[in-house]
Amino acid sequence: MNVIYIMWLRQLKKYFRSKSRIVGSLGQPLLFLLAFGFGFGSIFRKAGEGNYMQFLAPGIILMSVLFTAIFSGIDLIWDRQFGFLKETMVAPVSRFQIMLGKTLGGATVATIQGVIVFILTLIVGFRPQEVLLLPFAAVVVILVAVIFTSLGIGLASTMEDMQGFQLIMNFLVMPIFFLSGALFPLQGLPGAMDIIASLDPLSYGVDGLRYAFIGSGSVFGIATDMTVLIFLALLLLFIGSKLFERIQA
Amino acid sequence: MADINGDNIITVTRLVKKFGDFTAVDDISFEVKKGEIFAFLGPNGAGKSTTIKMLTTLLRPTDGKIVMNGYDPAHQRDGVRKSLGIVFQDPSLDEDLTAFENMQFHAICYGVSGSLRSSRIEELLEFVELWERKNDLVKTFSGGMKRRLEIARGLLHHPKILFLDEPTLGLDPQTRNHMWSYVKDINQKEGMTVFFTTHYMEEADRVAERIAVIDHGKIIATGTGKELKERTNKENLEDAFLALTGHKIREEEASSLDRMRRMGKMWRGRR
Repeated sequence: MNVIYIMWLRQLKKYFRSKSRIVGSLGQPLLFLLAFGFGFGSIFRKAGEGNYMQFLAPGIILMSVLFTAIFSGIDLIWDRQFGFLKETMVAPVSRFQIMLGKTLGGATVATIQGVIVFILTLIVGFRPQEVLLLPFAAVVVILVAVIFTSLGIGLASTMEDMQGFQLIMNFLVMPIFFLSGALFPLQGLPGAMDIIASLDPLSYGVDGLRYAFIGSGSVFGIATDMTVLIFLALLLLFIGSKLFERIQA
Repeated sequence: MADINGDNIITVTRLVKKFGDFTAVDDISFEVKKGEIFAFLGPNGAGKSTTIKMLTTLLRPTDGKIVMNGYDPAHQRDGVRKSLGIVFQDPSLDEDLTAFENMQFHAICYGVSGSLRSSRIEELLEFVELWERKNDLVKTFSGGMKRRLEIARGLLHHPKILFLDEPTLGLDPQTRNHMWSYVKDINQKEGMTVFFTTHYMEEADRVAERIAVIDHGKIIATGTGKELKERTNKENLEDAFLALTGHKIREEEASSLDRMRRMGKMWRGRR
């Protein structure tokens, strides 16, 4: 057993032990699915865009992956507060290993959360069209999970308390979600919105996942989606580990 | 690694730490002998914690040299870290893991592997009388139990030097005595050096073989408890300490971490 593995295992144990957190984190996606999925369904159909639930489900799955992944940053802040971070900082192991284990753990948790929400979408009527593309869907979810876990941990490394993180939730995470095309089609947006959406990493995740489920309708093209996601995952992992290495315990 | 000074396991030479214009540690030098129980005393804000952070690789010195068990904390971190067992002033356990899992985590980080790992964990948890509770989450433990677990954890990789930063804070006399008799026992059996801080002068006097007093970033006295009392002409170490450092109360501002920790407690209580 090595350090990366034990760090990873720790994240998973903590996740499965907080049953209330698992249940609580399903409330929001469910609400979105019901309110938007059924609320806007008829308007969407009248506009000639087809079944809104089919459109929305990938967006909501990635919403919960995004929120859970970013939450790893809050975990890090708790570790700092309750002192456990110090224990890892004075251990004779590289910080990169610690960060990597933590990130993979957080990303695994976020992926599991994505799978649970996927099952939830099936219950409310979502039907993936391409069963053969499901492994591809899993890859997209994992990449999105790695991207935002690294981002969460990187940002949390630079702050000592929770207030700062609240700010990030409001001014970074919410816009990332709402402007990603998770809720509405990205075609035919006004110019500025179009640019913002194409700068939003989650747009590529949502686009890729929608393609994986439906088998068509990718805006950016699936090759672009994958290239952007893989590049960002590596980049943010790198930046995150640099920021983590700079923490003063 | 051979130590130039033979039987000194910690050598600090002209150590300086500055934060901007403020000099927290101002040109201090001292040695700790191998196998010694050494107390590092000083009022709040005297530079104690900063020194300990530098010794334990958490902070880089502005100037000066440290040698710990033959290694330099600024450049040979892992060598220093392997040599140290640390019990921090603030709790540093993962409360959502069990006692056993906390021990296991530590063992893996310090490269204690295989059968040695399980046997040592059992031995140490038995010793601090927590073996029966090994599968309970740490958040269900009392303050004393957590302290005992931290000490067991600090000893898991058989460190050459044990750092105890105010280890007995908030412990009842029973636990305190138990803890010290255990630490002294390993100190004698294994020749493990013990470096500790405390605000209980009577404890320092009873346990420590040698004492250093730091104030305003400078070491103002070193010697045995007896020597310090003789030098200041006082009956007990507390009076000697006050004679050395003065009666003025030191103000220490709550760090953002302290404030957060308070908030965290409230938050946790509600969950």
